[in-house]
This record gives sequence, C-alpha cells and structure tokens, in this order.
Amino acid sequence: MVSLSQYLMFAAILFGLGVAGIMINRKNIIVLMMSIELILLAVNTNFVAFSHFLNNNTGQIFVFFILTVAAAEAAIGLAILVVIYRHKGTIDVEKLDLLKG
Amino acid sequence: MLQPYLWIALLVSVLPLVGALIAGLFGKTIGRRATHWVTITLVGIAFVLAAYLFYRIVWLGEPAEEGVVYTWVQSGAFRFDVGVLLDRLSATMIFVVTFVSLVVHIYTVGYMAEDPGYTRFFSYVSLFTFAMLILVLANNFFLMFFGWEGVGLVSYLLIGFWFKRESAVLGSLKAFLVNRVGDIGFVLAIACLLMFLGNVDYHTVFSHVTELTEKSIHLFPGVPVSAVTLVCVLLFIGAMGKSAQVPLHVWLPESMEGPTPISALIHAATMVTAGIYMVARCSPLFEYSSIALSLVMVIGATTCFFMGLLAFTQYDIKRVIAYSTLSQLGYMTVALGASAYDAAIFHLITHAFFKALLFLAAGSVIIALHHEQDMRKMGGLAPFMPVTYLTFVIGAVSMAAIPPFSGFYSKDAIIAAVQASTLPGASYAYFCAMAGAVITPLYIFRALFLTFHGPAKPLSKKAKESPWVILIPLIALAIPSVFIGAVLIGPILFFNPTLLGDAIFVLPSHHPFVHMAQEFQGAKTMALTAGFHLTFWLSLGGIVAAWFFNMGYPALTDWLKKRFSILYDILLNKYGFDEFNQRVLVRGTRRLGYFFYDISDLKFIDGVIVNGSGKLIRLLAGVMRRVQTGYLYDYAFIMMLGLVAFLAWYVLGL
Repeated sequence: MVSLSQYLMFAAILFGLGVAGIMINRKNIIVLMMSIELILLAVNTNFVAFSHFLNNNTGQIFVFFILTVAAAEAAIGLAILVVIYRHKGTIDVEKLDLLKG
Repeated sequence: MLQPYLWIALLVSVLPLVGALIAGLFGKTIGRRATHWVTITLVGIAFVLAAYLFYRIVWLGEPAEEGVVYTWVQSGAFRFDVGVLLDRLSATMIFVVTFVSLVVHIYTVGYMAEDPGYTRFFSYVSLFTFAMLILVLANNFFLMFFGWEGVGLVSYLLIGFWFKRESAVLGSLKAFLVNRVGDIGFVLAIACLLMFLGNVDYHTVFSHVTELTEKSIHLFPGVPVSAVTLVCVLLFIGAMGKSAQVPLHVWLPESMEGPTPISALIHAATMVTAGIYMVARCSPLFEYSSIALSLVMVIGATTCFFMGLLAFTQYDIKRVIAYSTLSQLGYMTVALGASAYDAAIFHLITHAFFKALLFLAAGSVIIALHHEQDMRKMGGLAPFMPVTYLTFVIGAVSMAAIPPFSGFYSKDAIIAAVQASTLPGASYAYFCAMAGAVITPLYIFRALFLTFHGPAKPLSKKAKESPWVILIPLIALAIPSVFIGAVLIGPILFFNPTLLGDAIFVLPSHHPFVHMAQEFQGAKTMALTAGFHLTFWLSLGGIVAAWFFNMGYPALTDWLKKRFSILYDILLNKYGFDEFNQRVLVRGTRRLGYFFYDISDLKFIDGVIVNGSGKLIRLLAGVMRRVQTGYLYDYAFIMMLGLVAFLAWYVLGL
C-alpha cells in the first residue's frame, strides 16, 4: 500500500521538476508550457492523494476543474505560440524580450 | 440727507469729471472748439460755486458741514464711505484749485492750439481737477487716498503727454515710481490707523488721538515707537512723495517734460501741495508727535535750501522754476514742522498764484520761441513781449518776498514761525529758511535777467507777444500775486477765529504766532516796516547779486565757476541723488531681480523642483528598469520567490 507521504513526495518531485524546467529551460516555449503542465499535475496529484486518504471526493472533483482549465490554457498558449512564430519567426525564449525595460 | 452746501461741493467736484468724460470720449466727434468750450464752462461753473462756498464758509464763517454720499465698502466692522467734509480748510483749497484750474484751462487754448492731442489734454486736465477736488473734499483717509492716486495717475499721463518723446516717457515713469515709494508710506499709515483705531474717518481719528498717544508698537525688538509718531511719520513719507521733499524730490524736475500748462497746474500750484494739505489736515495728529514735527521741519529745511541752490546751474527755464517750486514746497514743509499750519496753507495759496503765473509766463516765452526752453538762447525779450515780461516780473518779485507782494507776507510768516519754534532742528531750519530767502530772488532773477534782459539773441528778435487767450490768464494770476498776501495775512494768521478756524489744531504750547500777533498791526504796516527785518535785506541782496552775476559782471560768474569747480560740479550733478538712485536702487534692484531670477527661479524652482523631480523619477526608473528583463523565466523565478516567501510566512509563521 502506497502511503500519503510517498504520494506527497512524488508530487513534490514533480513540482520541483516543473519549476526547474521553467528556470533552466532557455530555449523553447513549448517546453515551458509543458513544465507548467507538470506543476499543475503535481498539484493534481496532491489533490487526489488527500481526497483518497481523507475520504472526501471534493478534491477529485476539483482535479477535473484544474484539468479543464489547464487544457484551455494549453490551447490558448499554443494559439499564442503560433501567432508569435508567425510574427517573429522564432519561439526561442531568449529572443522574446519585448517587455524588457 | 445732505445739507445744501455739500450738494454744491459735490457738484464742484463732479462737474470737471463730466467735462473730462465729454472731452475724452466725444472730443474727436464734437471737435476742438466745442471741447474747450465744454470743459472751460464746466470748470468755470465749478469755480463760481467754489467761490460761493469759500465766501459762505470761510468769509462769513458758517459752520463746517460733513456728510456721507454713499457707503463704498462695508466689510465687517469697517465701513468706508464716500463722504464730503466741507470746512474752512477744504473750502479754501477748492477755491484755489478751481481758480488755477480755470485759468490753466483758458491758457491751454492758446498753448496747445497746434497740438494733435488737444482734446485729450483737456480731458486729462479736467480729470485732474476732479481728482484733486476729491482729495481735498474727502472726509476720510480712504477717499483722500483715492484722490491722491487719481492726481498721481493724471500727473503720470500728463508728464508723458508727448509720449513719442523718450525723455517724457522716462520722466513720467520716474514720477510714477517715486510717487509709489511715498504712497507706500500713506497706505501703511492708513493701515496703522485701521489697526489702532479701526476707523479712517478724519473726525473719529482726530477725536481719538489720545488713544494713539497711549499706544505703542515695537517696530524692532526693544524699540517701542509711539503709535502717533509712527502714523505721522508714515503720513509724512506719503507727503514727501507727493510734495517732492528730499529725498523723494527727484521726479519733480523730470516732470517738466510735460506741457507747460500742467507744469503750472499740477507741478506747481495744486498737486504737489497735496502733501502740505494732508499734513495740515492731520494737524491734530502731528501736534502730538514732536519727533514727527522735527522730522518734517528738518526735511523741509533741507529741501528749501539745497534744492534752491540747484536752480543756479540749470539753463532750462522750466527747470529753474521747477527747482524753485521744490524750494518753496520746502518752505511750506518747514512751516508745518513749526506747527504754523496756517502759514503753510497761506504760503500754499500765494505760491499757487505766483508760481502758476511764473510757469505760464515761461510757457508764453516758450511758445513765442517755438518750444525753445534754453535760457542761453533767449535774452532781451522784454521789449518784444511786454505783457509776459511784466507778469513774470510780478511773479518773480512776489516769490522773492519783496513787500507788498503776496510772497512777502507768507514767507515772512513762515520765517517768524520757525524762529519761534523750540523743537530740535529748529535752528537748522531757521538757518536754511534765511539762506533760502537769499537764494530765492537770486535764482528767479537770474532767470528773469537771462530771459528778458541783455542783448537780444537772434531767436528772440523774431518773438511776438502771445495771443490774448494766453495773456488773460497771466493777468488773472498776476492780480492775486500782488494783493492776496496783504488781504489774507490778517485773517489767516492773526484774527480770532483765524480764516481756517478749527480745521487746524495747534497745541497752545506750540502756537507759533503769539509774539507776532501782538506786534501785528495790519498788512500795510508790515510792508512799510519790512526794512527793519533782516529778511527784506536778504531778498534785496539776492536780487542785486542776481544782477551782479548775470548782467553786471558775468565774467565774475565764470571765474567763480572755475574757482569752485568742485562745488559747481556737485550742484550740476544735483548732489548725486539721481546717480545714487541709478547706481544703488535701480542697479541694486536689477541685481536683486537677477539674483532671484537666476538662483531662486532658474536654479531652485526650475532646476530643483520642476526638473529635479523629473530627474529623480528618471534615476529611480533607471534602476528599476533593470528588473524588467523581458525574459519569461525571470518573471517566473520572481513568482516562485514570492510563493516561497508567502509559504515561509504561512508555514513558519514568520
């Protein structure tokens, strides 16, 4: 039987990977979005784990909401990405510094 | 409801205003002839009414009347009325003012005949008459200040009448600025009265004078100044500006840039005597401040003597008379300082006639010589202009105080009053007045000899006697110049009650004419016994000296000029007052202005406050912009940091 702390550790590792992906990745926006997805999944894992061990279904229902929002976010993100590529001819994160002060 | 006399007094002052408005607004439409007819008629009616009032109030001694026409401003406890005070003093003044004004109006018809600004001139002169009458008739300090500023404004307009001439513009500016300095004194005096008494009516102020003497104010820490002294000194500063006393005299010679008729009316007969009138009107205040009286006397004496000396170095005929005006105003001021207010007003009256006469006669010469004012180019004019010559002689003799001409009586009264005065500075004032008695005939006869005697210069051979419209005013002024002194001396100084009666207040201990009144046995005797007094011989000596230096032995004058060239230079530079004003005040003000412009405005306000705040924001933004790298991962990293921080706060309870 997998214990709660193991789930939580797994989620934490997942979260850490996601954050690291955002920090370390300096090339591709798609990788960035995937990292964000990883973070969300880490959160989801936590929700499911707690839901199971607390015998409360609310957490699992919440996961569905998060997944839906994540999907929408991914769709919008990819759409923006396509537009950026059309506009600038690249999706290199290093070159996307329009907000630089 | 006003008493009938007050309605008449009001009418006297408003008629010239109506004339001024008609001439000013419709002068072009109704033409020159109509303009001068309208204004002269209105001023003429005003003169007749003023003469009637003078007769009723002063001659028959009917009681003074006071009334409020309407309330100008009511603000809290303060109430400023447009009110008329018709007492012996103001009735006398309106009589003199309207008379000289009428004469000058008539004279102007001849003098300004060819001037393009003919109607404008009439408008100004009438407006001046209105302002002067308001000044005199006011029953409170505010209305007096209104008239005071009114005459100042018209004086400015008229000095700069020929506004295309640079010297005229500068002269008018100088007159305006110097008068402002004096006006500050007047305004502060009014403010003091409001502060101490809360009222500016003559009646209230004068009846509460004991309150003023009890109060004092610390101008500087540890130096208490009596309120009455403060008010009097401030009032006198105002009078100094208007009546051209040292050191605020510098504008009067410059005012000669204006047309001659207004030199006669404004800068000799009426406006410049407003300061004298004001001090005489405030005699109930001045009597209680011997410090102020001393100051008045010393300033007057200085003006009387030292400004008279300057007339020697001048060759412009109008400027000679202008300096003589300064000197005569000094005499009046000395009389005020000696508590001889009656004598000051007496000299004011006689001076108004003979000085207006001298100016108008000089104007007659100037117009005959086609606006030539340099006496060196004149000479030998007497046979060509007999009437002008004769009237000028009358004016000169009257001013030189030769009995029985009018100047003799008033000046002798002043000198006697100064002699009797015991205030500090009285001996200095007496010396100056006596010295003035020598130099007055000296400079005016110098002008007379240079202009009318000696060999005729080419310019003067072409001169013709002026038309009647100019000569009639001269004759009209010559008559009072001869007689008015003898007629007035008894009533105005010695009779009981005196001509000015209770309008003038003198403390019994100050009364200057106690001794003289005992000796006085009528004007005729006074004239006949003039030979027993030093002043007569001084005047005569002055005339002889004038002949000696200018006609008999002119070489001696040149030798003296060379021998005492330093003194001569000092006189030529007018004691350096102009130089001082230019160097210290004008340049100092400019430097101060530049300092404020440069340091305060440019460097502080513009540099530090306006541009400085902008620069500070830029500087801060320059640092802050480094945070905005534009890279997604940096923003994400900061988000993480924030998250960690919040988590730490939440979990660890920091």
